[in-house]
Amino acid sequence: MPGIRKFRKFRDVMKEVNKKGAAIYENPAGTHDLVVLSPYNINYIHSYAEDTPFFLGLAEGKLMGSECKKCHYRYATPRSHCMECGSETEWSELPLEGRVHSWTTCYFGSEEFLKETPFNLALVEFDGVDTLFLSRLKGAEERDIYIGMKVKAVFRKAPKYLVSDVHFVPAEPKAKK
Amino acid sequence: MTSQRKVYVISGGVTKFAKAHPDMDFRLMVKRAFDYAMKDVPDLRASEIESSRISYFSDHFARQLKAASMVQDYLGLNPKDSRRVEWGGATGGQAIQAGWETVASGRNDVCLVAGFETMSHVETWKGNEFIALASDTNFDYPVGGFYTGYYALMVQRHIYEYLRKRKFADIKDERKAQRAATEEAKRVMAMVSVKNHVNALHNPYSQYPEKLTMKEAMGREMIAFPLNRPSICTMSDGAAVVILASEDVAFKYTDRPVLIKGVGCGTDTMRLADRPHGKVPLFSWERADDYVSLKYPGVHSFRAGRTAALEAYKNAGITNPKGELDFVELHDAYSSSEIQTYEDIGLCRYGEGYDFVDQGHPFLEGTDYGLDLPHKGTMPVNPSGGLIACGHPVGATGIMQGVFALWQLQGTIGKHFGDDTLQIKDAKRGLIHSHAGTGSSVTATIMERA
Repeated sequence: MPGIRKFRKFRDVMKEVNKKGAAIYENPAGTHDLVVLSPYNINYIHSYAEDTPFFLGLAEGKLMGSECKKCHYRYATPRSHCMECGSETEWSELPLEGRVHSWTTCYFGSEEFLKETPFNLALVEFDGVDTLFLSRLKGAEERDIYIGMKVKAVFRKAPKYLVSDVHFVPAEPKAKK
Repeated sequence: MTSQRKVYVISGGVTKFAKAHPDMDFRLMVKRAFDYAMKDVPDLRASEIESSRISYFSDHFARQLKAASMVQDYLGLNPKDSRRVEWGGATGGQAIQAGWETVASGRNDVCLVAGFETMSHVETWKGNEFIALASDTNFDYPVGGFYTGYYALMVQRHIYEYLRKRKFADIKDERKAQRAATEEAKRVMAMVSVKNHVNALHNPYSQYPEKLTMKEAMGREMIAFPLNRPSICTMSDGAAVVILASEDVAFKYTDRPVLIKGVGCGTDTMRLADRPHGKVPLFSWERADDYVSLKYPGVHSFRAGRTAALEAYKNAGITNPKGELDFVELHDAYSSSEIQTYEDIGLCRYGEGYDFVDQGHPFLEGTDYGLDLPHKGTMPVNPSGGLIACGHPVGATGIMQGVFALWQLQGTIGKHFGDDTLQIKDAKRGLIHSHAGTGSSVTATIMERA
């Protein structure tokens, strides 16, 4: 096996495979296992379909929720049919201020968001709305955030047509240290 | 339930769960677990297995569509009935119930349930991405899709509902009260991490056995506040199988079959944000008054878990799980969700989960954890070490619980582990619990010594 390096630690095998495309793992179990790089990239052509007005709304600085035409259940994260009664919903603009219903600060994450760590996630509740909205909470650190904190929406100036076109920031002064 | 046949687990096998098994692909891993199970029932010939239910969670991890067909092929089970089962984190539990259905219905007498996952094929952060694709990819994933983050959101609200509003109700300053409640929860979650890692010291199949101390459990790296590394399960390679048989044939193959006494399954919204705020579906020993101001399930509890337990207890005729179950193997992907699950499945009331741990109920009686536990061992939970210490090769996990429960109920832990420390004396009945997504689907299965 000319040119293929052998390693006793699998961590080293992974490094070599990422660099050179192949490596041999000298397994304590007694085998020599060939490990190769196998890339996998996909571009999906994804339609937002019935959720489209929400994403177009973000570009206009609006948070579009939905409300059931029949039972008037109100959704902060929109859906075109009601989960309570199955009827059609209609679009309904949400207030741009809400409160933190729950929150966390992430210090690790998925590959795509690793470079953004640490970041805060918050489930936001709105007056008169039955469900919540998941968003990033910026401009506050772990020690500042609490359940019930007032927050307001901020929109991305050049929309990417992703739900991350909106995030929230504190809408109240920082607590005294 | 009247026309169902009785279904027994007659044998099981597990590979050691490990960070990576580069010497075995998924087919060979399942084959090893299968051979182990077959060796334990020498009178059963492979030709007598009439069907299989094969589970793995992720096509992304496998990067091989129809991988279940390749398992069927490798085990030499063609041309018999087979299908893949996928149900997120509850894939394994759901596969056992799918096997149960085919035997209970009378279609087959012997069915193999086999599951695997190969998560070592990508780096951990890529694996987190694959797992986060099991959240709404329009509304949840792009915000920073990360399951530990989702579970942190859920436990933060659980802490708020049950510690801030109760134990720390006297503190006027809202921020201070929440901080104090979270610190208390971190201490109790660390106790769960200690329990599961220490239990696993005696389980040779586990990935991360460790004589963990409270100081270590509380001090390690924060991943998503307030969940730190020891309170989170890891990615693994592994496989597990159980063999199911009807009452007509089970006793031909073993004198110690274990009855599947009752099954249950529940579901909930995919998005956390959509969880309703309604009323608690009550067990017979709970009263509506217990939960007057509680909005349920919110993001703090798992309605799917409660629903699964209600159905399973009803089918198994259980009216007092804490008195009638000898152990529980539950889906502790996080130490937080272990505590939340105690309440869902009725080991205690909603809000009592932290105290349940603090009092020592879910620990093992004869094991030293370096903790003062006044009611140690009244309701052992995750004697195997659970997902936190065994690892979580998703498609195998729920089946692994079935294997460990089988051995507990047969009294054969010593034989299979080479160490009988974890054997619960005279165990008659156990519950296995498999859980997916942010609680979007959960199975509960009651197993009973025949």
